[in-house]
Amino acid sequence: MENKMSEEQQKTAAQETAMPAPSLEVAPGPHLHTTALSTRRMMADVLIALVPLIVVALAVFRMGAVRQLVVCTVAALVAEYLFNTMRKKPFSLGDGSAAITGVILALSLPGTAPWYVGAIGSFAAIGLGKVVFGGLGQNIFNPAMVGRAFVMIAFPAAVGASAYVDASAVVEAVTRATPLTALKQEGLPTTLMDLFLGNTNGSLGETSALACLIGGLYLCLRRTASWEIPAGVITAVGVIAGLMNLTDLQAHWTVLHHILGGALLFGAFFIATDPVSSPLTPKGKWIFGAGVGALVMLLRKLSGYPEGVMFAVLIMNALVPLINRWTIPVPVGGPVPAPKS
Amino acid sequence: MSTAMQDRPGAKTFSRGIHPAENKELAEHQAIEVVPTPAEVLIPLLQHVGPPCNASVKAKDEVTVGSKIAASEAFISAPIHATIDGVVGRATVATLPNGRHVEAIPIKAGAQKNTPEEIKRDFLGGEWSTANLERFTSEQIVAAVREAGIVGQGGAGFPTSVKIAMNPKKPVDTVLVNGCECEPYLTADHRLMLESPASIITGALLCARASGADRILIAIEDNKPDAVAAMEKAATGTPIKIVVLKTKYPMGGEKQTILSSTGRIVPTGGLPLDVGVVVVNVATASAIARAVLRNKPLTHRIITVTGAGIRNPKNLLAPIGISYGELIEFCGGLTPEARRVVAGGPMMGFTIGNLATPVTKGTSGITVMTEDDLSSCAETACVRCGRCVDVCPVNLVPTKLALASRHQDWELAKRYHILACIECGCCGYSCPANIPLVQLIRMGKAKARE
Repeated sequence: MENKMSEEQQKTAAQETAMPAPSLEVAPGPHLHTTALSTRRMMADVLIALVPLIVVALAVFRMGAVRQLVVCTVAALVAEYLFNTMRKKPFSLGDGSAAITGVILALSLPGTAPWYVGAIGSFAAIGLGKVVFGGLGQNIFNPAMVGRAFVMIAFPAAVGASAYVDASAVVEAVTRATPLTALKQEGLPTTLMDLFLGNTNGSLGETSALACLIGGLYLCLRRTASWEIPAGVITAVGVIAGLMNLTDLQAHWTVLHHILGGALLFGAFFIATDPVSSPLTPKGKWIFGAGVGALVMLLRKLSGYPEGVMFAVLIMNALVPLINRWTIPVPVGGPVPAPKS
Repeated sequence: MSTAMQDRPGAKTFSRGIHPAENKELAEHQAIEVVPTPAEVLIPLLQHVGPPCNASVKAKDEVTVGSKIAASEAFISAPIHATIDGVVGRATVATLPNGRHVEAIPIKAGAQKNTPEEIKRDFLGGEWSTANLERFTSEQIVAAVREAGIVGQGGAGFPTSVKIAMNPKKPVDTVLVNGCECEPYLTADHRLMLESPASIITGALLCARASGADRILIAIEDNKPDAVAAMEKAATGTPIKIVVLKTKYPMGGEKQTILSSTGRIVPTGGLPLDVGVVVVNVATASAIARAVLRNKPLTHRIITVTGAGIRNPKNLLAPIGISYGELIEFCGGLTPEARRVVAGGPMMGFTIGNLATPVTKGTSGITVMTEDDLSSCAETACVRCGRCVDVCPVNLVPTKLALASRHQDWELAKRYHILACIECGCCGYSCPANIPLVQLIRMGKAKARE
């Protein structure tokens, strides 16, 4: 104790005799930085927001969900590590982006898909979706959707509409076709309550509209996702589905079916909102969201696929540079005047 | 007159912007103290926008407080005065916080005629009568302000006489006195409004007389209710209106102040004059009153010395030319945790590496930041989250501007309006990836102008 005291006294004495000379640094401003926000925190937000979807997936699909989530997440992390090592880039698993890609890919696949589908999808997502463009922040397309498109083309039987039906499933809903397939092939409606709570078949993360809304609203409130994008998607789907309803009053699917059914809310809140592959300005985000919604309705109505969220997002991703160019904001006070000379 | 010129009340706020921690409690209750006269001051000959002044004294000349020591014939200029009684030394070179090297004149202190109490009374106290100001013509006021060497004390350093002179091509209807002080930590303007509100009121009236404006507004953020009360009391019986604005950074930027208090939008690349407004800082208004009523030049200014890296934060009335180090020493010195000494506030201030740097007419504060205040996170990749877009008060896309600068794509930078940037730092403050947006954009602006 005494020793400690004398040490402290010595220290203060030293400070008093010599002017304390802390090492001063010169650096550009601003010298204040918000502590509320970091890229890691944003990634953690996405994982937190996915929890309700994962819970519903586990409840509905049981072991199928567990297997797919584990396979995709592990494969995505391994792929990130391997590609980074090949490119001699610093370790980047800590930023959480690879884990998010894995989880979102898993949630966009059927629980019945064999393990290698998830693994190959994850490698394609990280490799073709992200690394070939230069890594985090450089990719044009949503990596998880690139992975899903890859396996959808490579393994149509394992990921296509018919693959979803699992006759041996514990939950009765999973033994039936997905709501959109049922609609497309047999014109069968699914009750709104089933779509809302998630008591239907489908990709792992998409069945419950409620879970998507809870997670999605959290993301928007945290402002990790821009609310303009889901708002644009839902508005476009609402308007187009509404017009379709008006032209065909006997339609089995109403506006609410189209919004709550399929992967629409999952896509609107978790896939289309990927900041890297969506526009920068609020106006651009509205256009992007509305484009996704319109394409979803076009694909649902006219294409051979029952659902169109994946292709809608990928197509709109490709248009982002153009949307950014169209929506350069005008500065307060107008454009910079041309130099007088 | 265009629609923008019509009298809209203003929304008391502007779009976007940020709310950083203010940390004003460190110094806001410290009454203004006069710094003891230093042994020497070093007075830079360029403290304004415009060409440098030429020295009119030589080594060994005796000078007293207020003697003119340098001036310039240029229209946009402001003469420079001795700030202590003493003897002129050999001219040398000073490095200003922005990195510019300028000629400077040292003055060695002799016996001082005025005591600190007298200096304080001369600057802040006494009578600031608003009666009979009609005896001054516009030309007389402008001449007195020019002679007194007054420049904008908010930091930009534009010669005030040029700003307030009548301009037949661009008539002015509003004088806006800026008491927002939106930079975190700084409290110099706040203390001045509390301790010498009458000088600000008189200065504002003189300003309106000089510029021909018939409306006078004093804009104050709502985080300073005591200053609002003091100014309202002092403004009783005058046509001056106090406008209370929402607290938000960068409210004190003149374009934001004008928009929030009058609803007028200054065109990009234009001046407040283009929308019929003259903006002066509260400290500038006070200096105008002192120049006209008391015939005294700008020799001292109020400087906040604050931050967690300062032992005893204070608001000081200090002679121009005193070193940053001496002001810090008078406030108990740096704490061992001090890491950055910032000239001005933390958002727009420059760090200085040499504490012998002299303070100038534009120095509003010294903020000393510690390790804890500073973000130690390394820069990571931009994920295009758009936070910078959400906070830019000018409505730019900072991440694109920074990218264009980094890739030296000046065409892209211009397409995204890089020259409209006011360098307020909102984007850098908000960036989750710690990208040095302001620094990159500043570089891009310099290149885009070429």
